[in-house]
Amino acid sequence: MKLSAINEKCSGCGTCRLSCSLENFSTVSPSKGMLKIEGLFPSPGKYLIHLCDQCGVCAETCPVDAIQINDAGVYILNEDECISCMACTDACPKGVMMTHKDFNTPFKCILCKACVESCPRDAIISVEDGDIDVKKMEKEIA
Amino acid sequence: MNGYNKNVGTTGYGDSDKMDGGYPLINGYAGKILRIDLTKEEIVKEPLPKKMRDDFIGGRGFVAKMLFDEIPQGTDPLSEDNIFLATTGPLTGHFLPASGKTHFGTKSPSTGGYADSNMGGHFGPALKYAGYDVLVLKGKAKEPRYIFIDDDVVEIRSAQKYWNKGSMVTEEMIKKDLGEDFQIITIGPAGEKHVKFSCITHDFGRQAGRTGIGVVLGAKNIKAIAVRGTGSIPLFDVEKAYKKGKEAYQIVFSKPGFKGWTPQGTAGITDWVNDVGAFPTKNFKTSHIEHSNNINGEAIINRLKITDKGCFCCPTPCGKYGHTKTKSGDAYMEGPEFETISLFGGSCFLQTIEDVAYANYLCDELGLDTISTASVIAWTIECFEKGILTCEEIGKNVAFGDLESIVYLINLIADRKGLGDLLADGVKIASEKIGKGSEKFAIHVKGLEWTGYECRNAPSMMLAYMTADIGAHHNRAWVLGHDMAGSAANVHDLITAGACAGKREKSATTGEQAAINVSKSQHTRPLFDVLGICRLQLMELGFEVENYAELYSYITGDNKTWEELMKVSEKIWHLTRAFSAREIPDFGRAMDYPPLRFSEEPVPSGPNEGHSIPRKQLDGMLDAYYKVRGWDNNGIPTKETLKSQGLEDVALCSMFK
Repeated sequence: MKLSAINEKCSGCGTCRLSCSLENFSTVSPSKGMLKIEGLFPSPGKYLIHLCDQCGVCAETCPVDAIQINDAGVYILNEDECISCMACTDACPKGVMMTHKDFNTPFKCILCKACVESCPRDAIISVEDGDIDVKKMEKEIA
Repeated sequence: MNGYNKNVGTTGYGDSDKMDGGYPLINGYAGKILRIDLTKEEIVKEPLPKKMRDDFIGGRGFVAKMLFDEIPQGTDPLSEDNIFLATTGPLTGHFLPASGKTHFGTKSPSTGGYADSNMGGHFGPALKYAGYDVLVLKGKAKEPRYIFIDDDVVEIRSAQKYWNKGSMVTEEMIKKDLGEDFQIITIGPAGEKHVKFSCITHDFGRQAGRTGIGVVLGAKNIKAIAVRGTGSIPLFDVEKAYKKGKEAYQIVFSKPGFKGWTPQGTAGITDWVNDVGAFPTKNFKTSHIEHSNNINGEAIINRLKITDKGCFCCPTPCGKYGHTKTKSGDAYMEGPEFETISLFGGSCFLQTIEDVAYANYLCDELGLDTISTASVIAWTIECFEKGILTCEEIGKNVAFGDLESIVYLINLIADRKGLGDLLADGVKIASEKIGKGSEKFAIHVKGLEWTGYECRNAPSMMLAYMTADIGAHHNRAWVLGHDMAGSAANVHDLITAGACAGKREKSATTGEQAAINVSKSQHTRPLFDVLGICRLQLMELGFEVENYAELYSYITGDNKTWEELMKVSEKIWHLTRAFSAREIPDFGRAMDYPPLRFSEEPVPSGPNEGHSIPRKQLDGMLDAYYKVRGWDNNGIPTKETLKSQGLEDVALCSMFK
């Protein structure tokens, strides 16, 4: 199971980031959301959703093995093991190994799916590996 | 240049909130006011006063209170003494449908009276996450500057490289300089040149357009404000607020308008307004066009749209971002929304959505309010048609429906070149200077140009325009449905029910009915501006108001009912009237009349042919309205009314009897 983004549906409202902060930190603070929305304006006028697809590059990069995959296929960062070297934040190909001044360690998506449930546009979906062709879906919407 | 921060409390309100790092911890609010004196280059952070919060709640309420208290009587709107406010409300930035509003306020360069203007987007939430409910700018910077806010770090920085640049070009440049996660408001060249209907632009197409709010920034030499907020807003009951927020979205999803209204947004009302004969046509000469299917919401979807563009946490994005191609030029732009369609497509008579969109783009980039700009242009073209203004005076022949004429006049106004220098002062001043009967068809109230609804057979809506506190604007009371369909149904239901074809009988709405319709709507709609959220979920979809009261109580811990919140909104209405009464010389009934065209020229064609509202009927409506309000026969709030509204300090002014 992983998250997938359908960029063509995104309106940039950011509901996903706020619900992520509420679900995971019980706080109203989108900057603690573990995904990002990028607006490409004025041209070409599109949004890109950057989210964690549990690719595991962060775990491969971590020098102290503080990031481990669990039974559900989700990479979890162990804050007690983390030495805050930030190698994972540099390595993350999606730019969603997050940091925040309130936290000593990086933090990442744990696949709680609050973003999937809250997105008013159905632009974020959770999929089993290989069960949906998002690229094809995007083309159809476009 | 770096500013400096002084953490001092200067209010005399006597707070009793729990403190956090020197500031009160206030559920729902950020807890601070950020004050910047541009002349002294001084930056001060104050606790948000408890009494102001209790009495005025937020947003528009804070604007009304602070303008009345802090602007010296008789202040020139473009002087250093005028203040510029950016405010949020207690619900701004929270998890609920469309919580992204920012409410700006100042003494109006357009009318000389009370002014506020709000916009959606993401700026207000960012300001709150940075720690500020209110930003106050006073004084004037020595040279072009912009305000940089990155949580606690606040600086007044040079804007030399952005000066003379377009609104959206400036936003793009600042985003490149600071990063994607900054939220930015800008003014365009028109604001720099003090065009009196200059606007603020944000997020490549959102505007706070009305009352000349942008020119006040220009007069203070402020080109932009950039904010990044990474903090949190405290909540009274996080669990309940989050749960109710989720439920609120589900309720919105269940409304027929969610799927029916959202695809076209505000442009979806174009055909209905035209069908009921309320569409401004050729400077409001008449009220119905034949080309509405060429400029309506469907035309936007089919010919312009690239993506829906939503404000913060909005499930029903009315922003339709797209691209237009015309003989005058191509552009990426957001919109057009209904008001721009009705004024440029109807009043200026542009024939295609591409042309309307291009005029929209030019206004956005130059920093002009599309509504006022189109109104001034339509008046100019009518003056030319009537021989009141000549080709030599204008600089070329101009005509309704001709994009080249419209583009020429937009640029003339933004540059304040030639006749544009006069037009840039607005249609009231321009018509008073040109004279020759042109005042009769200068379509404004109190100096603010009229928005997208022609009202010669819509008494309630006419009264709404006459008595709106900023001038001829529709967002204080939208009661066209009462006049045209006899109901207060939400807009989606109105549109889907359709309009009766053919001729319409003269409206039977009485002055008393109009007064009640208008006054109630004047409390409901502005309450959203107080709370800091968008009203469209209620107005367009019928999302129930009780949901907001429940959310307000979980977020703030204050258990006010919707009715109690409405009482606060009512109090604010009296305060904004009192401000204008104090500031505008000879203020009173004479300033509540619409242009003579609407009394003396019956609609010449279309569904409302033959209808007008004679001056006697207008007076009857005003009599009824003043009575409902508890104002005197000249429309001035009485001392007794002000006291009964809890405005004892205002009642002390000697002008109120």
